Amino acid sequence: MNEELYPSIFSQFKGEEGELITILLRVQEAIGYISQEAVKRISQFLKISENQIYGVASFFSRFRFDEPGKISIKVCMGTACHVHGGSLLADAVGWDLGITYGQATPDKRFDFQRANCLGSCTLAPVVQINDKIQGRVLVTELKETMKHREEF
Amino acid sequence: MIYIGAATCGIAAGALDVSESVRATLARHNIEARVVHVGCIGPCYLEPLMDIALPGAPRISYANMTPELAARIVENQFLRDDPSLDFAVAHLGKNGDAEALGLPPFFELPMLKSQVRLVLRNCGFIDPESIDHYIANDGYKGILHAFNIGAQAVIDEVREAGIRGRGGAGFPTFKKWQFCRNAPGEDKYIICNCSEGDPGAFMNRSLIESDPHCVLEGLLIAGYAIGASHGYVYINSDYKLAIARLNVGIAQMKEYGLLGDDVLGSGFPFDIIVKEGAGAFVCGEETALIASIEGRRGMPRSRPPFPAISGLKQKPTIINNVETLGTLPNILRNGATWYRQFGVQGNYGTKTFSLTGKVRRPGLIEVPLGIKLREIIEGIGGGSWRPFKAVQTGGPSGGCLSAEYLDLPVEYEAMANAGSIMGSGGMIVLDEDTCVVDLALYFLHFTQAESCGKCAPCRVGTWHMVTLLENMSKGESRPEDITRLQVLGETVKRASLCGLGQTAPNPALTTLRHFRNEYLEHAKEGYCAAAVCKDLVTYSIDAQRCNGCQLCKNVCPTNAISGVRAEVHTIDLNRCIKCRACYEVCRYHPLAGNAVVYASTRRTVA
Repeated sequence: MNEELYPSIFSQFKGEEGELITILLRVQEAIGYISQEAVKRISQFLKISENQIYGVASFFSRFRFDEPGKISIKVCMGTACHVHGGSLLADAVGWDLGITYGQATPDKRFDFQRANCLGSCTLAPVVQINDKIQGRVLVTELKETMKHREEF
Repeated sequence: MIYIGAATCGIAAGALDVSESVRATLARHNIEARVVHVGCIGPCYLEPLMDIALPGAPRISYANMTPELAARIVENQFLRDDPSLDFAVAHLGKNGDAEALGLPPFFELPMLKSQVRLVLRNCGFIDPESIDHYIANDGYKGILHAFNIGAQAVIDEVREAGIRGRGGAGFPTFKKWQFCRNAPGEDKYIICNCSEGDPGAFMNRSLIESDPHCVLEGLLIAGYAIGASHGYVYINSDYKLAIARLNVGIAQMKEYGLLGDDVLGSGFPFDIIVKEGAGAFVCGEETALIASIEGRRGMPRSRPPFPAISGLKQKPTIINNVETLGTLPNILRNGATWYRQFGVQGNYGTKTFSLTGKVRRPGLIEVPLGIKLREIIEGIGGGSWRPFKAVQTGGPSGGCLSAEYLDLPVEYEAMANAGSIMGSGGMIVLDEDTCVVDLALYFLHFTQAESCGKCAPCRVGTWHMVTLLENMSKGESRPEDITRLQVLGETVKRASLCGLGQTAPNPALTTLRHFRNEYLEHAKEGYCAAAVCKDLVTYSIDAQRCNGCQLCKNVCPTNAISGVRAEVHTIDLNRCIKCRACYEVCRYHPLAGNAVVYASTRRTVA
């Protein structure tokens, strides 16, 4: 782990308790999850207990505590996507990767999440693979895409 | 000038590829033209949109662009002077241009005809990252007017205009402000609530992405009215583009003296801070939002004291919705009388909705209050794909309204009386292919997961509601469970601490009210008319139609389908996981015979 990382993140902040969520967001952007080390460092920086940090971080759905897979696959579960059959897509991805949402494959190559809304409701149902959003996806299309997953 | 709609929805539809291709084409032919990324103009079904405006000619819109098509249109336009009208959908020129071009004016398109655009007036027309564009379109005139008339007069003007909170509850905006202004203390705060946690709503996001300055100006006006020195924008951290544009906007405001110790020499100090939220639906609740800004778990507390008296850092705090703030510059610039011409008595002004679901023309719309639901769904939205069943307003806190409510006017009280709420503006159209039990389960699942856990009625009650609904969708419940669900829902509604719990049972309660029969069918007969509830659906192959193409057999992940080429196939139901792959392939593939059907069958009552 890069030694410079935490000091460079913390240098943007004053060290007030109110900045906790923003700091957690920046840490997660940098390393992909909230590691035990991160919690320890933040607790030293903000002078609050590790418990308090876990309390806040576990409350918000954005934070995760395990290392994410390299390729992120997000299936949108917004209302519009749901009525257009988004859950079938989620099932299809799950079957393909052999994991359920909220998990990464054991080799940490793929990461499968459900999103509450990706803001592209008019293209429902949508799937986001890394940064690319695919709209109006059919189950068969998604399966076809997943066949080439090693090339993402 | 070439305009490309590049808000989140446009980008998802491929606007950036289009833009790249246009730029490359321009460079290849040494054409001098500016490519501007504008925000969302609303009719998302036309995305990606590209507009070309030449000096002295009307601006023409081209819809559903692909990189290749866009390049061709640009080449035709600039090299051969041919505007490719075959691909154009509308023009944005003067009245007389329609006949000359043979194109309808953009705002006469059926989707835009009944709309009134006040908040969204700049969306899709100005460069969201340019404060000069905003100022050239009468921007920041509202705050200048506010400085001229003084803070109390601003509140009076807003009272006169009769605007009510656009977050959904509909509390008169001026009342909150007056409480806060009268509250003792020097430090006061104004917060712009862009938490927007409902799945299926994107109005606030689109507004900030397309016209950030109108929200920032509104924040300035509200801050001035209540005497606040700091403004916060609380925004979902997923809204990367919106956050970036807000930060650009704030930097520009500082440059122009619109923020700082002395805004425009008026002696009013003001600063705006963007605070990112980390995704919790409950943070739309005022007190939970404040807790989250303070870096704590986003749990609500009981009120009073109301935030207007004691909020952020125990100081008087006002929280307004993005859209409320976005409307303020219009009111201040044009006056309350002008604003009151829109809408109806008691419900003045306009409201934005994100119209999605099973509707033909989805998108971001703005309509005057008092408009009939029918006009929105059939006029603007073009009706649903299959026969209309219901419309869900207000997201997980709102309710479902059946077809008999289509003539209901969109007003706060009327919607509440019908059992739904206005909400912040999600509007999801459902057709016959949607199962209401499944929908209620979906929303309850969501609220149950988002429940903060502080009070028992919400924490435990929603969990039990989910269990009851789950059993129903599996066909494992008895008719008594319907009554149980209803009683439980009423209890959760009455006993919960905050708005989340008080409204969480709404989707179940309203669907029970309008579609009780469907619940009965699920409970008694194990029958799902819409064939959505997975456990009640079986797949089969119509022997008359099957041509034995083997496509379904190849696509089936569990080898549940058997049959030799050119003979009728069969599905082994013990192996079928109901993934729908065979259905899709059979329906959409040119060689297949559309033979796979899925349906629910009524259980014979023993």
